Amino acid sequence: MIKRALLMATAMSTAGLMGANAAQAEDLTLCWAAWDPANALVELSKEFEAESGHTMNFEFVPWPNFADRMLNELNSGGKLCDLLIGDSQWIGGGAENGHYVKLNDFFEAEGISMDDFAPATVYAYSTWPKGTPNYYALPAMGDANGWFYRKDWFENEEIRAAYMEETGQELREPETQMELMQIAKFFQEREIDGQTRYGVSIFTERGSEGITMGATGALYAWGFKYENEPGSYDMEGAVNSPEAVEALEFYKELYQCCTPPGYTDAYMEQSLDAFKSGQVAMAMNWFAFFPGLYADPNTGGDTIDFFVNPPQNVAASTLGGQGISVVAYSDKQDAALEYIKWFAQPDVQAKWWELGGYSAHNSVLQGDGFEESAPFAGDFLVAMDGVQDFWQEPAYAELLLAMQKRLHDYIVADQGTAQEALDKLIEDWTEVFEDEGKL
Amino acid sequence: MSAHSVNEPSGRQKWIAGTLVIAYALITMIPLVWIVATGFKSPADAISYPPKVVFEPTLEGYVNLFTTRTRQTEDYLAANPPQTWYEEIVRQYDMVIVGPSRYGERFLNSIIIGFGSTFLSIFLGVLAAYAFSRFRIPLKDDLLFFILSTRMMPPIAVAIPIFLMYRQLGLSDTHLGMILLYTAVNISLAVWLLKGFIDEIPREYEEAALIDGYTRFQAFYKVVLPQATTGIVATAIFCLIFSWNEYAFAVLLTSGTAQTAPPFIPTIIGVGGQDWPAVAAGATLFLLPVMIFTVALRKHLLRGITFGAVRK
Amino acid sequence: MTDTAIDKIAQRTPTRVARKVRGLSDRAIAWLFVGPTIFLLLAINIFPLIWTVYLSFTNFRANRPNREVEWVGLRNYERILTDSDIWLNMQATAHFLFWTIVFQVLIGFALAYLINKKFRGNDLWTTIIVLPMMLSPAVVGNFWTFLYQPQIGLFNYIIAFFIGADPSSFEMIGSVTLAPWSIVIVDTWMWTPFVMLICLAGLRSIPDYIYEAAEIDRASKWRQFWTITVPMVLPFLMLAVLFRGIENFKMFDLVVQLTGGGPGSITELASINLKREAFEKWRTGYSSAYAIILFVTVFGLASIYVKALNKVKER
Repeated sequence: MIKRALLMATAMSTAGLMGANAAQAEDLTLCWAAWDPANALVELSKEFEAESGHTMNFEFVPWPNFADRMLNELNSGGKLCDLLIGDSQWIGGGAENGHYVKLNDFFEAEGISMDDFAPATVYAYSTWPKGTPNYYALPAMGDANGWFYRKDWFENEEIRAAYMEETGQELREPETQMELMQIAKFFQEREIDGQTRYGVSIFTERGSEGITMGATGALYAWGFKYENEPGSYDMEGAVNSPEAVEALEFYKELYQCCTPPGYTDAYMEQSLDAFKSGQVAMAMNWFAFFPGLYADPNTGGDTIDFFVNPPQNVAASTLGGQGISVVAYSDKQDAALEYIKWFAQPDVQAKWWELGGYSAHNSVLQGDGFEESAPFAGDFLVAMDGVQDFWQEPAYAELLLAMQKRLHDYIVADQGTAQEALDKLIEDWTEVFEDEGKL
Repeated sequence: MSAHSVNEPSGRQKWIAGTLVIAYALITMIPLVWIVATGFKSPADAISYPPKVVFEPTLEGYVNLFTTRTRQTEDYLAANPPQTWYEEIVRQYDMVIVGPSRYGERFLNSIIIGFGSTFLSIFLGVLAAYAFSRFRIPLKDDLLFFILSTRMMPPIAVAIPIFLMYRQLGLSDTHLGMILLYTAVNISLAVWLLKGFIDEIPREYEEAALIDGYTRFQAFYKVVLPQATTGIVATAIFCLIFSWNEYAFAVLLTSGTAQTAPPFIPTIIGVGGQDWPAVAAGATLFLLPVMIFTVALRKHLLRGITFGAVRK
Repeated sequence: MTDTAIDKIAQRTPTRVARKVRGLSDRAIAWLFVGPTIFLLLAINIFPLIWTVYLSFTNFRANRPNREVEWVGLRNYERILTDSDIWLNMQATAHFLFWTIVFQVLIGFALAYLINKKFRGNDLWTTIIVLPMMLSPAVVGNFWTFLYQPQIGLFNYIIAFFIGADPSSFEMIGSVTLAPWSIVIVDTWMWTPFVMLICLAGLRSIPDYIYEAAEIDRASKWRQFWTITVPMVLPFLMLAVLFRGIENFKMFDLVVQLTGGGPGSITELASINLKREAFEKWRTGYSSAYAIILFVTVFGLASIYVKALNKVKER
């Protein structure tokens, strides 16, 4: 402790001297969700504090309240956050409503090139309008929805034999969505080591974005598209295609057949909980949690392994992840930009990955030995190759809430059919786009 | 009431009534007792099946409530032995305390906003109530009804324009903004209650004072106020309880700086899902003052919660 | 609450006395004293209300300050009143309102009746019973989600113990059939004491001589209960229903913490839906119209009810 403190102190004092002639030392606040990678970022940022002389404060909001609270903060022009690691879908609103500072000039002046970052992440986390070279964020944290399972159970000879007997197939990492359900059904209410186990934990949360993020995993794998032509807002026949209906029916069946009891409002935390407490054989969650899961003393290490969202008709994963933006209402934008500049450096990005953050920098992702650096690193690259994101429109919140409602009504509350749910969703979305003047 | 009243229930009736009421009271206490008890459980005990009634008490919930913690490597833990009893509790999970949590701040906000708005409501309320009680005011009944009717608005409905207004004025997420808002909500209760209390003070006292050469002001604060002390205290506690417990405005209009405890407590999360012992500990500390007030307020309870519409 | 003759005389007196004394005139003091309160209410209640009325005719969005605001006339109202989903929210609200009032009136009255038997220690037990309603609904609602968890939740465990079922075989919050009842249970737990207190005040206001007279007439206890106790308590009970009705129509904090409106939209009460429209979707104009509709509904229903209440009182 003392040694560490001394080191810090010397580092601080030299930094203070250097910083003095650079700029005045500021108190910066970075806002993000409260989860594993946030702790890693605190650790990483200590270097920035030492180098720049600025002090970093953090406001981490639990996921269920994160969007609500941060969007409220932005909409009320609040100065709480100087830097915000906001969800990918906020970029449209952040840009159009002037919440985020446009970073193009800054990138140019500092020689930061977006070509150094994985294209999928730049497209999703930084650009608005989508795909144009207008940048409002630097890709901070690559992420996608993936799966993990109890490797020890999958390798257990007795269980394997039982599975073979029941299904006539080898028990393995599922290669299709249907196979995933078959495995889940096999594990549902099975006694293992004297305890009743269940099939999967999936996202069913109603309040924020949970059930949408979970169900789109199935929808994308069946080939779901938001529009017939990208940019046309023509959704009839795309959103409610027969494949989409089938995918939604699949997700509902998966929810009904194979989740633990009381699983009606579950998101990240509940999914982790179910897995760590040994309730389920398989679970879905964001890659962001995988380092923590792997390190878990009880269910990590040899007892866990990971797989990418299995394809059905196509290979695709639901995109997560965030870019880091400078909040337009901040009085300390210069210092905030300094942080981004520091964060974009390849060696900082390498350390970021080491500490448990998912760097989106090519030097890390394409670096030697990246795939071997963690049991989920290779899966991460595969997943990021096929990511799809929800609407990133400025009206994203309305679009999301409509989908949350329709999906939860159908899947959990068991109202109506999948076809009706998707038809109604098109109605809701059409209304939103009409209000937006886009239809 | 005389003991010979025909309405006096028989001993047997009393016994039955007592048993039923006590049974209800005990059942109704279970959730409250459970909150307090869960605060002293370890996370594992809190979520054990079947629910544990007997358990080994620990302060883990309270430590978790007031600190933020992070996992550390074994080397680090070995090199830095815990210094305090609370460090030691955290160490069981290979964690170290990295700083205080936000609970203290949120609690302090509740105190500042709660007491600030209570003071303001009482100050304005006493003045208005006195005027309504003693003076002829044009459209008095209408004004009084208007004051009461402001409580019929769903808070979310009022919150929309307040949000816009506060954004313009820079009052969003400030203590002042919340104090003014809670005062506006409380003042209806304050005026109605205080008017009732002041009505009960005989006018003769003030008139005597006026004849003795006091000004109205002097008569008001030297004669009426001291007489109304009990009423003022009771009203103040009701105002405090409202602003203490309020959730809808707090969750919509505050985020970082002026957030009070009610929107904060439900967001206390642990390693996986809600950290129930910490939530329960936070709830216990937060509910305790109100429980004490309730006992203290027994006599005025009815008047306070019904705007004085029913007097016992 | 009308002024009695004595009041009127008393009011006149100080004015005359005051003329003789120094300082501000009574009239000035009256305005000085009432002014700040009226000002505050105008600024934080009435002005916002008028603003809401204005906004309800526009397509304004609070999260798009740059967008042009258009006057849309009655379109927002039309959309709300023809939206079948909103009628479902209203049904959920009505279900909640109706059953909470039924249970609270029945249990609250019964408790008050029993407490009025004045057994030893009734004051202490009354205070204990009253505790839940003084607590923060959001905090209490959040904790009840814990009590309602299948398996580990105390509520499920106790119920399962008594009916002999498996505690994980049912879930209060997650199930479509039970969720509406789960919010009714917690609200009843919290607010029955309120109805009880008011009933108690009613019972205690009945003078003994009425019963004594009935006794002389040899009316049975049963008859006394229906011809004296119930009619005399009724105005109080109706007042309790009014207060609970208004509160539960506005209900937000408790239920939003308990179920968040789920599963699906089964327990999405009007206020919860309004919050989503206003502060998550940011359809400010639309939700202003929604707010006005709700306000007018409460106000209208309450006024009709108060008229009925006054009739009962007059009898």
